[in-house]
Amino acid sequence: MTMNRRDFVKATGAVAAVGALGAPTIALGQGKKVVVVGGGTGGATAAKYIKMADDSIDVTIIEPNKEYYTCYMSNEVISGVRQLDDIKHGYDGLKARGIKVVHEAATAIDPEAKVVKTASGEFPYDRCIVSPGISILYDKIEGYSKEAAQKMPHAWKAGEQTKILRSQLEAMDDGGLVIIAAPQNPFRCPPGPYERASQIALYLKEAKPKSKVMILDSKQKFSKQGLFTQGWERLYGFGTDNSMIEWQPGPDAGVNRVDPETMTVYTNFDEYQAAVVNVIPPQAAGQIALDAGLADDSGWCPVDKKTFESTQHAGIHVIGDAAIATAMPKSGYSANSQGKVAAAAVVALLKGEEPGVPSYVNTCYSIIGKDYGISVAAVYRLSEDGATIAGVEGAGGLTPTDAPDFALAREVEYAYSWYDNIVHDIFA
Amino acid sequence: MAKATMITAFVGGALALGLCAGAMAEDELPTGKMLVDTCAGCHGTNGNSVGPASPTIAAMDPYVFVDMMIAFAEEDTYSTIMGRIARGYTEEEYELMGEYLHSQQFQPAEQEFDQALVDKGAGLHDKYCEKCHIEGGKPVPDEEDYYILAGQWTPYVENAMSDFREDRRILPKKMGRKLDRMLEAEGEESLAALYAFYAAYTDFESSGAGDDDEDDE
Repeated sequence: MTMNRRDFVKATGAVAAVGALGAPTIALGQGKKVVVVGGGTGGATAAKYIKMADDSIDVTIIEPNKEYYTCYMSNEVISGVRQLDDIKHGYDGLKARGIKVVHEAATAIDPEAKVVKTASGEFPYDRCIVSPGISILYDKIEGYSKEAAQKMPHAWKAGEQTKILRSQLEAMDDGGLVIIAAPQNPFRCPPGPYERASQIALYLKEAKPKSKVMILDSKQKFSKQGLFTQGWERLYGFGTDNSMIEWQPGPDAGVNRVDPETMTVYTNFDEYQAAVVNVIPPQAAGQIALDAGLADDSGWCPVDKKTFESTQHAGIHVIGDAAIATAMPKSGYSANSQGKVAAAAVVALLKGEEPGVPSYVNTCYSIIGKDYGISVAAVYRLSEDGATIAGVEGAGGLTPTDAPDFALAREVEYAYSWYDNIVHDIFA
Repeated sequence: MAKATMITAFVGGALALGLCAGAMAEDELPTGKMLVDTCAGCHGTNGNSVGPASPTIAAMDPYVFVDMMIAFAEEDTYSTIMGRIARGYTEEEYELMGEYLHSQQFQPAEQEFDQALVDKGAGLHDKYCEKCHIEGGKPVPDEEDYYILAGQWTPYVENAMSDFREDRRILPKKMGRKLDRMLEAEGEESLAALYAFYAAYTDFESSGAGDDDEDDE
């Protein structure tokens, strides 16, 4: 059967981009195949950047969800500053670039046969990129489970869970106690629990001023701690009897058991009953990475730091939260940055070329209150022996503690611009 | 503050550009594209920001880019975060970034502006700014030392202007004089008109502004 132009466009999935770039490269079935498992921040970035670098490469994303909710900025949904739809992103932009998106879960990856399997079929690849995010280790906390998370949400994967936590806060009576159980390192978004406490306090201060947030931490210190406590002192009375935020340090304050029936959480020595309980359990690499044998005993995936190729299975690159990336934190910006490094490496390797010198960045904002933002940034290089991704000395670091008010307000402006740009860079 | 440093840096950067990039073996450095890809999370894919506060850096004059990065790194230009990031790269890397960005197509910001102020802003631009910010502040890739104002994000331009006025960014003498003169003659609201003009001027096929600039002394 002859294909007319319209069918051809439909078949390749290319729409708007075709006109702009002239005729698409005629390489149907001839181009190298890349299968990307996971259409979140890392995976979608990698897919887009591969396609931008070489249109002839056949790129397929395997992602069960039709919409992706970013974890970053989801704390603003919890406080009501943003709506859930504001952090929702679809795949039309990537499809318009000629990337195929299959809305199914990857059930297996066979590194020998070089094929990704789903319920309905098999997707052969020349190179595979796995960006599976995290799996929640429910059984690390006694009494916690996927079912219990309906009552005590983790909200550490955005979407339905975010909505549950927001609804519970809205339904709570004034004077209610909100508990956030924060996990041991390493975990997705190290400043996340503390930004969340800030955003919840922002909401409570306005809507339920007799309420408060208590963080029961497994750790003795946390990301951006000095800046968070300074902000909490200024905005939420931290350190006074009327503080809206209380932080209990680990290891004793770490939550090791929960009872969703009675809304009680247990630490080594104490128990607390609360109106709203946000349990953020320990985490590991996303399930498909664990199933495919990409993780080591730590539960995370060791990779070559230059290309993000798995050191467990050749031909598969692991990026984002699941990867062990030495100094790079498990953040959205890291995943985005790693997606580009991996994309460039994959494009080079498919051509039989040596991948170039990588460059990586992380930029992470936390919004403590209205017009009050803080940030941490780092520029990274590959170490000379190639074994680590190390921050450049003398660069990066935190918002200074003596930052004036106008600067803290600007950090919020930049946080919002950061969000708009990064999601555009990933999905558009 | 380091006015002299800025000028030295500017001259140094300008001379170095294009000469140094080849001095080190190319394969020991990331490519300009690899480096610029790390900027995209805040400044947009290939440097075209979707706004509102972080500026588009695509199509910048590479000399201007390098000098700005040096000024951020040395804190001659105030920043919240940019200085911390700028210090992570070498001057050679700034040059590679600058060259890559220069080769990118500028996409004017799609933003709202006060239509009623645009004509006034165009007149003010002609009178006070056009002498240096030629052709209405649009990208002029074949020229040297151009700063893109037309189609740039207004919140960024506003922040930059407040930094100039609050002594957080080195205000070139001539610009300071023109700015003083404009504010004296036209009042504080003249800035809003200028911003409206730059936001409105996104069709670079049109001429944008004339060149009946006020005489320079």
